[in-house]
Amino acid sequence: MTADAPLSLHVPEPAVRPGGSPDFSNVKIPKAGAVPRPNIDVEPESIRDLAFSIIRVLNRSGEAVGPWAGLLRDEELIEGMRHMMTLRTFDARMLIAQRQGKTSFYMQHLGEEAISCAFRKALSPGDMNFPTYRQAGLLIADGYPMVDMMCQVYSNSRDPLKGRQLPVMYSSKEHGFFTISGNLATQYIQAVGWAMASAIRNDTKIAAAWIGDGSTAESDFHAALVFASTYKAPVVLNIVNNQWAISTFQGIARGGSGTFAARGLGFGIPSLRVDGNDYLAVYAVAKWAIERARRNLGPTLVEYVTYRAGAHSTSDDPSAYRPKTESDAWPLGDPIIRLKNHLIVRGVWSEERHKQAEAEILDTVIAAQKEAESYGTLHAGGKPSARDMFDGVYAEMPPHLRRQRQQAGV
Amino acid sequence: MARMTMIEAIRDAMDVMMARDERVVVFGEDVGYFGGVFRCTAGLQQKYGKTRCFDAPINEAGIVGAAIGMAAYGLHPCIEIQFADYMYPAYDQIVSEAARLRYRSNSEFTCPLVVRMPTGGGIFGGQTHSQSPEALFTHVSGLKTVVPSNPHDAKGLLIAAIEDPDPVIFLEPKRLYNGPFDGHHDRPITPWSKHDLGEVPSGHFTLPLGKASIVREGAAVTVLAYGTMVYVAQAAAAETGVDAEIIDLRTLLPLDMETIVASVRKTGRCVIVHEATLTSGFGAELAALVQEACFFQLEAPIARVTGWDTPYPHAQEWDYFPGPARVGRALVETLEA
Repeated sequence: MTADAPLSLHVPEPAVRPGGSPDFSNVKIPKAGAVPRPNIDVEPESIRDLAFSIIRVLNRSGEAVGPWAGLLRDEELIEGMRHMMTLRTFDARMLIAQRQGKTSFYMQHLGEEAISCAFRKALSPGDMNFPTYRQAGLLIADGYPMVDMMCQVYSNSRDPLKGRQLPVMYSSKEHGFFTISGNLATQYIQAVGWAMASAIRNDTKIAAAWIGDGSTAESDFHAALVFASTYKAPVVLNIVNNQWAISTFQGIARGGSGTFAARGLGFGIPSLRVDGNDYLAVYAVAKWAIERARRNLGPTLVEYVTYRAGAHSTSDDPSAYRPKTESDAWPLGDPIIRLKNHLIVRGVWSEERHKQAEAEILDTVIAAQKEAESYGTLHAGGKPSARDMFDGVYAEMPPHLRRQRQQAGV
Repeated sequence: MARMTMIEAIRDAMDVMMARDERVVVFGEDVGYFGGVFRCTAGLQQKYGKTRCFDAPINEAGIVGAAIGMAAYGLHPCIEIQFADYMYPAYDQIVSEAARLRYRSNSEFTCPLVVRMPTGGGIFGGQTHSQSPEALFTHVSGLKTVVPSNPHDAKGLLIAAIEDPDPVIFLEPKRLYNGPFDGHHDRPITPWSKHDLGEVPSGHFTLPLGKASIVREGAAVTVLAYGTMVYVAQAAAAETGVDAEIIDLRTLLPLDMETIVASVRKTGRCVIVHEATLTSGFGAELAALVQEACFFQLEAPIARVTGWDTPYPHAQEWDYFPGPARVGRALVETLEA
């Protein structure tokens, strides 16, 4: 009789920790233009390999190549770049404002701007996003007023949400932006339900669900995939894989699955991976998935491969868990620089025009910030009334809340 | 008017609303083709089609989460969680999402949603088919919690819940589905056809959420009860001869404090009964509210008769259930205090 060897627990570790040299050799990056573009009514089984590759349009020389290229006109690309630059500038100003004590908390998009900005341009009015806290590009690219966003961040007297929500948890029905929860993954299944409702009512609107790599581990993610698969809901299931869930590397959520996109295969959902730092590729894949949903062909899962170049939030310091230079080593580059280079290669942009655009955008953002601050910041100036705290819990205030409001003396 | 069981009354409420309002959809585990394990949705899929009434995967978080998305879209889902004991995977969706959409979005997004769930014991369901989790809902701002005790009220309250602009937890005492049950488990079952409240108005009718009903007028002591315990309290009063005023709360939140306070000020005594466990149960809230409002009229300590603070046992079901003997003792002790 032989004794069984003792068991041991496997705990995945990232390739490198602080002090080490960044190493992304495990991120297999195909050439731009190499991944085919299937018809939208393709059998999911026949495109399983798309869940393991990366759809890319912009190559190292700044050219748009392959079957996913050629969907956007020059002026649309310039507009897209301005959206990304605006989001980045907005973030930079709000980060400073947080450090100045004008708000409690902020979350930036650095390096991930292409995803929400390009995706928004592929949607139609009336469609509904169920975003996480790192998709403000959906608002910027849809023309939602920056002043309103800042008033929300400052929880001031003009905050559209009356000071009830954490900074950046925006809400805008008009702009197809569902109220952000802050709890992770809960909204993924809600997006599926919203899409099911649209189908039940024989409407033409579709929904978009958003989640990060880490939160795909939540049960709600799996609930969403079951429901989307069962009812062929008209929904695009987006996973933003930015490599890091606060301090936890993506391997902890991904486990033995090759990619996050591969999670969709067992559900029979067409699952694609795309270069999240390539505005053209994000737009092309979003358009494909959105058209599938619109034509009642069912859900599509899209994994955006990107990198969270900044901290998770203003309460986070990434140098404690990853090399400081890791962001520079990220092999898919920076989305703004890549689109800028492409526009220069196309002969419709230049470094000078880019600098000029940066200056213009900074002026616009600062002007918006000045206006927003005139309505107050978290600890100074105008703020929502304490009375507002009791409103909106129910459509009609029940007696016990009326009594409590009286007790509060507001 | 028609004679109905509570199951038929609940089904009739959904039927009436599905016919009146295309936005009303019904789904849950075994709810579609089969019509639910308690038959509450029988025939609805046949009548309204499978996009209005359908089977869901066994995933309570998914059922509630999808329904929240539908409600945000503009539908009025009336969904079933097969047993209240199964709602825990959906609790995050109920607490963090359904209850807060209106508040956190400044009313841009709302959640007109009814979550029906059979509650309570008395059917030898053991710890996974017998729980009464109402206090887990009354503790959450943004929810309304309703517990009907008879077919008449069940229909009127369910229609009101479906028409309500906010999420409503609708707890159906499963031991009352087929007849009023007073806790005497060893006696023959009384069917609803022999009870006045088995008479249910036909068509559309509502009872307002937040209004209690005095089911027995009395002068000696006020009994606050809901669901199955309404009948247990009536049996206890009859068997002890205590002239109790028994209030069926019907809605726990919003709570009809006016009716409660008027009664306790009159009787000067209060006994609270519920089937759920004692500690941090809804009875604790009721006791606090009653003493805040009626302290100087109280002539005896407020008593609580509840399930014991154990999981709901299987073989010992009737030792656990707060039956008429225990409630009767509390009535007498409160009178003698």
